[in-house]
Amino acid sequence: MGYVAVRGGSEAVARAEELVDCLRLLGGSTPLQLPQIRDQLRHAVSRAMHEGALYAPLLAALAVKQAEGDSIEAAFLLRAYRTTLPRIMASLPVSGRDMRCLRRISASFKDIPGGQILGPTTDYLIRLLQPALMHEDARAVITAVERYQALIASGHQQQGEVGQFPKVIDYMRQEQMVVDPPPEPVAEEPYDITRKPLIFPCPRSARLQALAQADTGSLMSLAYSSVRGYGDAHPNLIELRYGYVAVQVAHPITGEPVVIGEIEVTEAEVASKAHSVTNTSEPPRFNVGYGFAFGQSELKVMSMAILDSVLTQARAGSLAGESGPAAQEEFVLLHTDGIEASGFVAHFKLPHYVTFEADLSVLDRARDHHAQRQTRLGRLVDQATEEQ
Amino acid sequence: MTEPIDQLYHFALLDEDARREIRRKLLKAVAIPGHLVPFASRDMPITRGWGTGGLQVTLSLIMPDDTLKVIDQGDDESVNAVNLRRLITRTTGVATTTDTTAATIIQTRHRIPEERMRADQILVLQVPMADPLRWVEPNLERATIMHSEADYGKMWVYMYESVVRAGDLRIASQYPVVVNRRYLMDTTPIPRWDVPKLHMAETLYLFGAGREKRIYAVPPYTVVEPLQFEDYPFRTEYRPGQRCARCGAENTFLTRHFVADAYGGRWETTCSDASYCAKRCAAAEANI
Repeated sequence: MGYVAVRGGSEAVARAEELVDCLRLLGGSTPLQLPQIRDQLRHAVSRAMHEGALYAPLLAALAVKQAEGDSIEAAFLLRAYRTTLPRIMASLPVSGRDMRCLRRISASFKDIPGGQILGPTTDYLIRLLQPALMHEDARAVITAVERYQALIASGHQQQGEVGQFPKVIDYMRQEQMVVDPPPEPVAEEPYDITRKPLIFPCPRSARLQALAQADTGSLMSLAYSSVRGYGDAHPNLIELRYGYVAVQVAHPITGEPVVIGEIEVTEAEVASKAHSVTNTSEPPRFNVGYGFAFGQSELKVMSMAILDSVLTQARAGSLAGESGPAAQEEFVLLHTDGIEASGFVAHFKLPHYVTFEADLSVLDRARDHHAQRQTRLGRLVDQATEEQ
Repeated sequence: MTEPIDQLYHFALLDEDARREIRRKLLKAVAIPGHLVPFASRDMPITRGWGTGGLQVTLSLIMPDDTLKVIDQGDDESVNAVNLRRLITRTTGVATTTDTTAATIIQTRHRIPEERMRADQILVLQVPMADPLRWVEPNLERATIMHSEADYGKMWVYMYESVVRAGDLRIASQYPVVVNRRYLMDTTPIPRWDVPKLHMAETLYLFGAGREKRIYAVPPYTVVEPLQFEDYPFRTEYRPGQRCARCGAENTFLTRHFVADAYGGRWETTCSDASYCAKRCAAAEANI
């Protein structure tokens, strides 16, 4: 009997997979090509990359296709691939200061050196469905190229290197408006949560890595809770920038920095209105939170930066950010990983026949107990107990 | 500035049922100054939290002969102000202005204009949080009971603790006020500099919180008092000797920004009310 069930099970699993594969194409539409997904669903690709914690645009496009657009599943596929890769070496630290920016804005100061560059954003888009997109064809590609060239031609000439801007936070540090980065023993390499588990208290590099690969929606909810009322975050966006940064490694023999490629990233710093008053010997300054993610992922980096600042404040035991779930580092870091959270929630679909059988027997005993209390004898026993 | 009206959409975007609901809620809000009135808050074609509450209030009031001004942080040219103005003019065709004195309706985020507003004008404020008790009681059900019983003890304790721990009333903007000696009210994050402008004003102030789904109001000639202690009185951001680097005004709210120059740069302060500043500069030039 058991043997038959196992055989039947493996066949069912195989058929289920086949069915999924067929259903994707059964509608008769043209199969999606990976460059189409990479270029036209770039936010889905970005999300798969930062939550999957692997920078590989074309593989991410494949993951999005295979997952039929499910963001958590796509990230899961990438992580499952990443884990098969050897970790050869750590890159040299990358600084957002060196970013070739397509966009950089500050919400803290109206005028910033280098100017506010709005760049590609839907922030100010009036959300009306565009019927023109319904019947786009190849001609639209040609028009888009022409329009893009016209936009470039009409843009202002930049001085110096294209898209290079000073960081707003550097000016604030000069003025001692914001705290310095939290002191941490300088390690050869940052903490890697793929090689060492998260142990609390964890170093900030572990926190930032965990947040960087966390589910966007989960980070957003917690960041929102802390700014809406279950916390005291009061964030102020110092700067958000989106563009390309070069990745360098130290040459294994000469030690010279060598550029191995360029990645598309978004970076944000937020200042929290709550002053840091933990160090009583120094005058109060604003706290800072940092966010970073692959692709153009502004919601993710904003949420990450808010949570980083809330957690830093909470750790320091300063005035604000003490309350609410977003201020509890364990709560935040252990519940926001999309792969872990989705996996455990979904695991309740697995057979639980054995544990449920145990639950049922406990239920039976509880029922018996309840029934006994209803009997006359039970009532007398109750009375006697009360009188005692 | 005006664009052709989009014929696909109803005048002022909202349907008449929505406009009527909001107007009724506004009447209730005016009748009970400072009281939070729940409203349905429709989905809007701009992002929630970017002024959908103020936008719904403006759209429910606006008439074809109105003259509209929209500012964000005091600035008519700020991207969000430009965007909201674009939506309102596209669906109403009303005239717009940057001159505070020429507008009939002003929608604003985080500022009250420097120029004194009149009785025939309305100021619509975009509100992010709505309930001033949020920091001491995030649960809405309990906060509502506290408001109905005028039980503001927790807020006083919060203020007291901020004095004890930080040496001052640590509330930068969104300063809580008591309206009509009854309701504690959130001033939206206007700077403390703007708070006294709410007191016994000639103008009707309407507050819309889209995400939080609340409307409230301060009618003309209403007593509006900031929470304060006798020995720690409410103070604005005003610093003696402050001056706008552009127009020279000594009695406005200033914001600072970094100016890069050959000597490594410096910080400069200018009026946050950009149109007022420009008006003063133009007047000074005309005098020369």
